[in-house]
Amino acid sequence: MESEQEQEAGALGMASGSVLRGLPTGADGTSIEALGLNAYYGQKQVLREVSMKIRGGCVTAVIGPSGCGKSTFIRCLNRMHELGAGARVTGRVALDGQDIYAPTVDPALLRRRVGMVFQEPNPFPTMNIRDNVLSGLAMTGRLAAGQADEIVERSLRAAALWEEVRDKLKEPGLGLSGGQQQRLCIARALAVEPDVLLMDEPCSALDPIATARIEELIHTLAGKFTIVIVTHNMQQAARVSHDTAFFLGGALVELAPTNRLFTSPRDSRTEDYITGKFG
Amino acid sequence: MIAMRRRSVPVGEIVFRALCLGAVVVPLVALVALLVAVIAEGVGRLDADFVMRFPSRIASAAGILPALAGSIALVLLTMLIAVPVAVGSALYLEEYGNRGRFAGVIEVNITNLAGVPSVIYGLLGLEIFVRFLALRQSLIAGALTLSLLVMPVIITASRESIRTVPNALREAALGMGATRWSMVRGVVLPMAAPGMITGSILALSRAFGESAPLIIVGAATFITFLPNGVMSSYSTLPIQIFNWVSRPHEAFQTNAAAGIVVLLAAVLCLNAVAVLVRHRLQRRRN
Repeated sequence: MESEQEQEAGALGMASGSVLRGLPTGADGTSIEALGLNAYYGQKQVLREVSMKIRGGCVTAVIGPSGCGKSTFIRCLNRMHELGAGARVTGRVALDGQDIYAPTVDPALLRRRVGMVFQEPNPFPTMNIRDNVLSGLAMTGRLAAGQADEIVERSLRAAALWEEVRDKLKEPGLGLSGGQQQRLCIARALAVEPDVLLMDEPCSALDPIATARIEELIHTLAGKFTIVIVTHNMQQAARVSHDTAFFLGGALVELAPTNRLFTSPRDSRTEDYITGKFG
Repeated sequence: MIAMRRRSVPVGEIVFRALCLGAVVVPLVALVALLVAVIAEGVGRLDADFVMRFPSRIASAAGILPALAGSIALVLLTMLIAVPVAVGSALYLEEYGNRGRFAGVIEVNITNLAGVPSVIYGLLGLEIFVRFLALRQSLIAGALTLSLLVMPVIITASRESIRTVPNALREAALGMGATRWSMVRGVVLPMAAPGMITGSILALSRAFGESAPLIIVGAATFITFLPNGVMSSYSTLPIQIFNWVSRPHEAFQTNAAAGIVVLLAAVLCLNAVAVLVRHRLQRRRN
């Protein structure tokens, strides 16, 4: 599967399929590899023996019906899953070859490298736009005086929000529209300068126009970060990702370059799902 | 044709409405009558001298200065002790403690402690602070006793307030690499602060009017100096009022009424501050 991904990677860069035109890849991005990953909530097993490789600098979409474990999977990639009551993880996840579940790893330091954007936009209500962007650095004690303005502008530009908010940085983050709030959350995640960005259905609470803007943004971020995006929207997966993983019942069914997965799936369950026979 | 004409209101509805109205009016009338009576009796006695003088055997020369100063010192000291400890335990229980059986036991205990009569806290304070720790009849012994009294209330209010902070915000902070403590300080505390502050002020205003436990831990009823340190003996407004009320002489009753007016004004001020703080912090949030 790995070699196949690599074979097609070159073709992807040259925009072999219409949906991937202009989606850049970053050769030196951080890769992630899960090996025999199991996740539990109490007695209930929500992930079963998931092994897959996420290419560095690429966008990987995770699709599947509700309850298939796709959100749990990405929450295992920055050790957010274990924060839930009774939640447990076994198996291995390697970030550039380093096991993030090793006892010597500090989850807080890991999460600086692996940022996350959530389903619902969740800017901090007590903070204005500027402070929201700086919150990650402030809370990790890394906000150097004098750099704040530059970081705010750079992060908001990277999240394609700067032009809309440059004159109201002191206004509360909650005063923005839903789509703007979500881009603010992306800016906030980018300000910490992660290598990997996990997005858990980032558009599910947004209208189609705001969704389109986030997808555009993913296009501009692709190549600079390794992005893993969970989505229940197959068209979205097709529009924004290099690779797509299809999950069912807590297990990985198929991982393939997005074009290939949607045009000629190898597993009959994948085919049934993408052709709308269930889901 | 569908009948659109308004039907007459059923009798049950009228009776229920009258009962509800009565439930509002009766206590209100009683309260207003009480207030009017006290103010009518005491307001004539109320002047700068009354507030600035020390107690005296002669009713017309007596003042409440040491009692008022004692009350303020006692409540400030109680605040310094109780608020940090109570907020700390609320944060521990909500943000750190795991939800095991132990947490359930603590939960039930704290809720019950909030309902324990204040005299019991007085007896506890007498044994622990006054006798065992040999703090005697000092301001600090009184403040520690009142702290025991208000802490369950502040803990409960703080926990309610912490619970209103959405989990998504905690995850957002942790997801950027914040440690649990920096997440609590940066996200949970600013959002929960208004509720914590109001809860604390309301609990402290209760402590301000408390007399029973202080009688037991030895607040003085007649004192001719201002508190000059945490080991100082002290009196408080409620104690002073209690003392005056128990005198047979009519003029002391008037003194008591005037003292009550001052006490009520002080408690109302505290409550007003609580409302203002809450309002301001909430407006800032929106």
